[in-house]
Amino acid sequence: MPTVTEIFETMDYGPAPEGDAEARAWLAAHRATFGHFIAGAWTKAGTTFDVTDPSTNARLARVTQGTSKAVDAAVAAARKAFGPWSRLPAHARARYLYALARMVQKHSRLFAVLETLDNGKSIRETRDLDVPLVARHFYHHAGWAQLRPTEFEGYGPVGVVGQVIPWNFPLLMLAWKVAPALAAGNTVVLKPAEYTPLTALLFAELAHEAGLPAGVLNVITGDGRTGAALVEHRGIDKVAFTGSTEVGRIIRKATAGSGKKLSLELGGKSPFIVYEDADLDAVVEGVVDAIWFNQGQVCCAGSRLLVQEGVHDRLIAKLRARMETLRVGPPLDKAVDMGAIVSAEQLARIRALCAVGTAEGATMWQPSTPVPTTGCFFPPTLFTEVAPASTIAQEEIFGPVLVAMSFRTPEESVALANNTPYGLAASVWTENVNLALDIAPKLKAGVVWVNATNLFDAAAGFGGYRESGYGREGGREGMWEYLAPVATSPAGAGRASTTVRAKGKGARPAVAAAPVTEALPDIDRTPKLFIGGKQARPDSGYARIIVDPKGRRIGEVGEGNRKDLRNAVEAARGAVGGWSRATAHLRAQILYYVAENLSARRDEFVARLRAMTGVTAAAARAEVEASLERLFTYGAWADKWDGAVHHVPIRGIAIAMPEAIGVVGVAAPDEAPLLGLVSTIAPLVATGNAVVALPSERHPLAATDLYTVFESSDVPAGVINLVTGAKDALAAVLAAHDDVDALWYWGTAAGRTAVEAASIGNLKRTWCHTRAVDWFATPDAPAFLREATHVKNIWVPYGE
Amino acid sequence: MSAGPLSRNPGQPLDLEVVRAIRVNRSAAERRAATIPTRRTVKKQWQAAWLLKAIAVMDLTTLSGDDTAGNVRRLCAKARHPLRDDLTRALGVESLGLTVGAVCVYHRWVETAVRALEGSGIPVAAVSTGFPAGLSPFAQRLEEIRASVAAGAREIDIVITRAHVLTGDWAALYDEVRAFREACGDAHLKAILATGELATLTNVARASWVAIQAGADFIKTSTGKEGVNATLPVSLAMVRQIRAYHEATGAYVGYKPAGGIRTAKQSLDFLLLMKEELGVRWLQPDLFRFGASSLLTDIERQLEHFATGRYAAAHRHPMP
Repeated sequence: MPTVTEIFETMDYGPAPEGDAEARAWLAAHRATFGHFIAGAWTKAGTTFDVTDPSTNARLARVTQGTSKAVDAAVAAARKAFGPWSRLPAHARARYLYALARMVQKHSRLFAVLETLDNGKSIRETRDLDVPLVARHFYHHAGWAQLRPTEFEGYGPVGVVGQVIPWNFPLLMLAWKVAPALAAGNTVVLKPAEYTPLTALLFAELAHEAGLPAGVLNVITGDGRTGAALVEHRGIDKVAFTGSTEVGRIIRKATAGSGKKLSLELGGKSPFIVYEDADLDAVVEGVVDAIWFNQGQVCCAGSRLLVQEGVHDRLIAKLRARMETLRVGPPLDKAVDMGAIVSAEQLARIRALCAVGTAEGATMWQPSTPVPTTGCFFPPTLFTEVAPASTIAQEEIFGPVLVAMSFRTPEESVALANNTPYGLAASVWTENVNLALDIAPKLKAGVVWVNATNLFDAAAGFGGYRESGYGREGGREGMWEYLAPVATSPAGAGRASTTVRAKGKGARPAVAAAPVTEALPDIDRTPKLFIGGKQARPDSGYARIIVDPKGRRIGEVGEGNRKDLRNAVEAARGAVGGWSRATAHLRAQILYYVAENLSARRDEFVARLRAMTGVTAAAARAEVEASLERLFTYGAWADKWDGAVHHVPIRGIAIAMPEAIGVVGVAAPDEAPLLGLVSTIAPLVATGNAVVALPSERHPLAATDLYTVFESSDVPAGVINLVTGAKDALAAVLAAHDDVDALWYWGTAAGRTAVEAASIGNLKRTWCHTRAVDWFATPDAPAFLREATHVKNIWVPYGE
Repeated sequence: MSAGPLSRNPGQPLDLEVVRAIRVNRSAAERRAATIPTRRTVKKQWQAAWLLKAIAVMDLTTLSGDDTAGNVRRLCAKARHPLRDDLTRALGVESLGLTVGAVCVYHRWVETAVRALEGSGIPVAAVSTGFPAGLSPFAQRLEEIRASVAAGAREIDIVITRAHVLTGDWAALYDEVRAFREACGDAHLKAILATGELATLTNVARASWVAIQAGADFIKTSTGKEGVNATLPVSLAMVRQIRAYHEATGAYVGYKPAGGIRTAKQSLDFLLLMKEELGVRWLQPDLFRFGASSLLTDIERQLEHFATGRYAAAHRHPMP
């Protein structure tokens, strides 16, 4: 031990350990062995596995591997509790959530210490960030519980929710999942990560001591097999998952066609963009918070540093100097910046990826800071001379490893930032507000921080674009993930619509011959596909005969195939940038103009509908009129689908901005072949998406007539594309297309399953319907508009 | 780490382009400032040593209208002997020969203080140039510096003309500080920026840079008379200019936060900031000072707690 006099000279930091006696006493009270927490009580421990402290590799506890029986029991308990819980008055649920917030605050240090023991992250982070955010989340959602009947009128809980959370923020992810689920009136079965289950178990126990009714929150422990059993369980109405993109894909596949609502919060390789006029000293601390926070084990970690060339070398020098002062050590020490990596496996993965980076020619730099030699520690690491194509620039490392690249212009910075399959978060550093607010909307990311990073709050939604998943957590936008229209029961299969089964090209329907008349024959009119603003012949060279209800041939449409879809998606991709940037006023005008031109040709469409579907003249007129009104509805919404400004606890604002999803496929319904098509593409077009629509397979001729209306209404080329043919087969192609950002599907249960299963390639958002819809009823336009957009939260701290 | 004698900052020609390019992002500075005290802490003998360091870098100050020779002499006695002997023994730090960094008074009391401190090696600092507003005639301000130096002050704490900063007249600020520095001769110049009156952190940073280029030996936050005095965000804006200047020229410039630093905990936060941002070399009295009057008493109480395990009362420590 150095003397006071010696320290007076060296001015070293000494040890500053946080005590862990209370946390160890809690473990000891359970003999460090845990069963599951189901229906308000502990189950007996079954087959157990070890949970360790990664900073020492010492065992902390044994927890039970959840079997399918345990999952059954937990789901049954949640189902039993669901009725009474969901029927509680909103105010009663608000009181419970408030009690949970208070409970977390009362036991804040116990949670923080236990979390640090279990996860290896520093006590500073669990004490100052994780636990306060957890309490904040329950407070905020106590408010949503109170306001649900008025703010989400017509919506109720989804049912029993299965939640699988990761090890990087064990307790915080519990809060992000459990708080909105319970606030909306759902009951929960939660599976914490196998590395870090302890705070979830403590939470469950204390929540019930705080009065939460039995079965409302159930916690089962186990590895991936337990998680799989949970998400696949038939008694689950919604699955919420945070974790790797790889597992997200498996879950999407496993739940495809099940009718389960799904939200996924997955990986990222988030850009951290520095322009030459940024405050570089501020940037350096931003990088520290971005990639050396939680040892870089953060899904939204700013792991790709993009620096404008003129300041690149200066920033790298500053960063290296700063890295020398980072302290890595025992996570319970109150004066360390970085604790332990969560597990030996994760540590090995980080090491392996760093080796790949070096092998691929990048330069690795680590400071001389001492790093403990036992336990799972890894020093802060910086790679320079990294090419965008290198593995470490593409793959999520999930460790304290930063890769740096330079760019020349703002345009190039956006291109580099978006050059990733992910889209979770981004950070933009400049003192120029014009530049910051120009760049933020161009970034494919669910969260953008301006001159800041890793800011979180319960009031602001968090979630990704692209392969970073879908759904939002936090804020009003997050509540929607746990709500369903009251009219629909959670998971029951509704009446399937009557889509004609796709048949092979050779299987032509038997056609009744048209009677010979003496009148002149009509001039042949050949409907084509509509791609990129042009009428296009189908690549297949085949036509599909369209018959009326009596089986009489009334026309032929092109038999679209995957190449036609490829072209249509390309056309849509080319159009969507300009269309999404067009003013909402212009988009509204064009929708009104479509209505104007359709109205002028009303009689023709009435005749076509009658001929195709055999409805009465009055019914056909009603459908055209409803279509006109629908176009007006979404034209009206185009400049009114506003965002929000969230009240986050900083001096500044978080702007929740709805953005077009991008290229969206639509497999339109068969019923109401004109109105159904208009009702589904208009909200997408109004919000700035480009559409590849598959018109009704049975009655496509109103759609093919409609493209001439589009042509005469200033709809920009590529914004609306129509491909006729076998709907389910074409939908499956769209679902598997990685440049389609979302897919809306109306059709059969089998078609839905195929679409959802095929969507895993780029984890596109899907919105599938197997019930017949009354398209004539006033639509729930906000529901369509929500599905047509995602919310980007742009955090703008300000103050000079 | 002992501090070898440093050569003084020679200053540099004013470079307006560099000054205007300086930008400080306030929100980011505040976030960093907020986490310095939560990322670092010192406990037990480390805390004791750090608190002793806080005493060693303290400019024990009295700047009141009702100062008299009597209370100035009392202050000087405390400066020579800041810690009770029993505490010094209990801490085992007799060998340090601990004193404060300097005694800081108005010109009127410089001679009194110099006499009272004779033989101690403790320098006397004089606030000067029309302190605190700095708006007396220029020639008079220069004369005030010369008079204090002649009276034995080895450090001169000048105040700048805030208007130069608020109107962006960097050349005028540069010329002013340059002239003050010349008037100081061998005495060291501490440039008080009165940051509480400079409106923005960017202004604080630019004024810091200009004062450093004009040859300031120290830059100092406040007179203690502004509404807002030394804060951690302001300190970040200032010490980062010291760092940038050192990186660019190799020259060392000191930092002195002053005003409102009253508790031992606060003094540790500033020491942590200096170590984190500039390194331990900037924890020595030739590069770091606190301007404080009541801080010493709280530090004594904390040290007594460390030495005895009992919480201390202020009245058990000799007052300054």
